[in-house]
Amino acid sequence: MSNMGKRLTGMKRSTRTSMATYGMVILAYIVIQLIRGLRDGGVGPLLEGQLIPICAYVTMALALNLVVGISGELSLGHAGFMSIGAFAGCSMAMGLESVIPAAPLRLAAAMVFGAAVAAVLGFLIGIPVLRLNGDYLAIVTLAFGEIIKGVVTNIYLGLDSAGLHFSFLTNGNELLDGGKELIKGPVGVMNSERISTFTAGFILVMIALIVIFNLVNSRTGRAIMAARDNRIAAESVGISVTKYKMIAFATSAALAGAAGTLYGCSQVTFVATKFDFNTSILILVFVVLGGLGNMWGSVIAAAALTILPEALRQFQDYRMLVYAIVLILVMLATNNPTLQSFFARLFRRGGDDDDAAPRKGKLSRKEAAR
Amino acid sequence: MSRAQEGRKPTKMVPVPSHSIIPERDIDKSPILECSHLGIDFGGLRAVDDFNLTIGRTEIAGLIGPNGAGKTTVFNLLTKVYQPTRGTILLDGKDTSGKTTVQINRMGIARTFQNIRLFSNLSVEDNVKIGLHNQERYSAIEGVLRLPSYWKRERSAHERALELLSIFDMQDLANHKAGSLPYGAQRRLEIVRALATNPSLLLLDEPAAGMNPSETAELMDNIVKIRDTFQIAVMLIEHDMKLVMGICEGICVLNFGQIIAKGTPAEIQANPAVIEAYLGKRKEG
Ligand SMILES: Nc1ncnc2c1ncn2[C@@H]1O[C@H](COP(=O)(O)OP(=O)(O)OP(=O)(O)O)[C@@H](O)[C@H]1O
Ligand SMILES: [Mg+2]
Repeated sequence: MSNMGKRLTGMKRSTRTSMATYGMVILAYIVIQLIRGLRDGGVGPLLEGQLIPICAYVTMALALNLVVGISGELSLGHAGFMSIGAFAGCSMAMGLESVIPAAPLRLAAAMVFGAAVAAVLGFLIGIPVLRLNGDYLAIVTLAFGEIIKGVVTNIYLGLDSAGLHFSFLTNGNELLDGGKELIKGPVGVMNSERISTFTAGFILVMIALIVIFNLVNSRTGRAIMAARDNRIAAESVGISVTKYKMIAFATSAALAGAAGTLYGCSQVTFVATKFDFNTSILILVFVVLGGLGNMWGSVIAAAALTILPEALRQFQDYRMLVYAIVLILVMLATNNPTLQSFFARLFRRGGDDDDAAPRKGKLSRKEAAR
Repeated sequence: MSRAQEGRKPTKMVPVPSHSIIPERDIDKSPILECSHLGIDFGGLRAVDDFNLTIGRTEIAGLIGPNGAGKTTVFNLLTKVYQPTRGTILLDGKDTSGKTTVQINRMGIARTFQNIRLFSNLSVEDNVKIGLHNQERYSAIEGVLRLPSYWKRERSAHERALELLSIFDMQDLANHKAGSLPYGAQRRLEIVRALATNPSLLLLDEPAAGMNPSETAELMDNIVKIRDTFQIAVMLIEHDMKLVMGICEGICVLNFGQIIAKGTPAEIQANPAVIEAYLGKRKEG
């Protein structure tokens, strides 16, 4: 056995999983960049246009998997956080145009802002909901996604030498000469420049992976999983369940916000209705298909299912039908016991178990502690 | 040969107010637990009523009674899984009213569960590390950035986890999934996880349930060993009379939510009310 092999089997399984996932993402990035640099026509017009959205959706899937897989709560409104990130981040990017001329820096600042606004909203939603036991988070996030869509569709935001102008009125803001409209209600945002790049998307995915893996393999992550697996037992060893569910949820919201900024700044224009319930469910499909608590599964599922509808354009009217059939087939295949045990063998060598294994069954409810 | 089978010398017990007895060696120290007039109703059912009990600093106390007597409910009251309807609980002299389960653990009560409640998807070591949550502290940010404090605390959590597992000779199982352990090992792991929280009072709900006689004998030795090493009080619920009479110094008998007797193992075995309510039925005392 090679030295490398020995070191790999000697590592904790959780470390091996995270290293393999980082490696997979880095490799994909290098290969795509090489093709883009060396081949005429790059990766082709179809994939080229999808590169940044793929990174955004992969980050969304990772963020949601932190809530659903690791923390054991259901969120049906994650597109709402993406929306917040897109609108807040892209307005910020346009507002900073003269302050930070370098596009990558401006994008970074915009993402941090988008993430922060989304995290604050996540925190505010979490305060009343995460105290409760049961599926309340699903209901509230569902409503949150719809409310965000409704509110943002009616926001008019402008910037001129006198400062920011904000209005809910259809005639918008009266701006001084040289002012620009950042958000134009139902027309959404018209970016003055598309500053998102594939490299920025790759960096965001890597940050999301590092944050989630490091969190899961720390004291905080263990507390989050303890709260998921057995609320009463977690409390009995002095873990404040609400606090740790909140950390998971707010972190997830922040990552979703950054993904939203990345996505928004890659488009010429986008509207609030883009981030609707369907988008939330789509992201949930990525998570479920990739496996609860399984981060590399989320990466693959989100990437594949973002390309798939585009690749299926040749089927024209039957596109969504074929999409559904492919989804069903993949679900059947991944639930196949033979395939499952194959993958289990592939990963189980050291004898230890996946820290991020998903909980079984439904969300735990408060039963009498016996 | 296990010490449990050799029989232990009975502890000299002395009376304290609240009609309880505590070991003579603990008399100069304030009691770890004082319950007075504790009670809870579930709808019309008085599940526990007028429960008065004092436990010494290093006492091993037993709580026994027939099925449905309210024993587990007492544990749930002490750990605030249920808020008491009546009465007070003093832990180490401090009033616990209005406290939450989390605060109670930080104040010094740790417990196991009659229906095992492990984090069964996680490894044995992680279960113990979760017990060490408030012992080996660092912030979420330090964890995500893997600052030096993360490595330092994780290392010491790892070492302490293995050390605690070695009480039950379980350090070799550290990487196994908790849910995959045999029943008896799961019960022992729950005790280790509770001990990891550094309690001053350890509550064990039927620790020997599902164990064979040799496992039970080993458990008895280990409970005494834990008390001796950590100098803590242990209160246990158990139906196995050999265990209760073998290691408990003071015993409290519950029937229909009421205390019907308190005393030393010898006194309890001779108490007619107890024999009628409980022991007589089982013909073991
Ligand atoms: N949450 C609850 N709601 C209603 N009744 C309850 C609740 N918890 C316990 N009880 C009732 O209180 C009584 C005491 O239950 P408890 O579980 O404390 O008994 P126990 O002495 O531990 O019995 P066992 O030896 O079977 O474990 C029982 O009649 C039980 O049905
Ligand atoms: Mg019970």
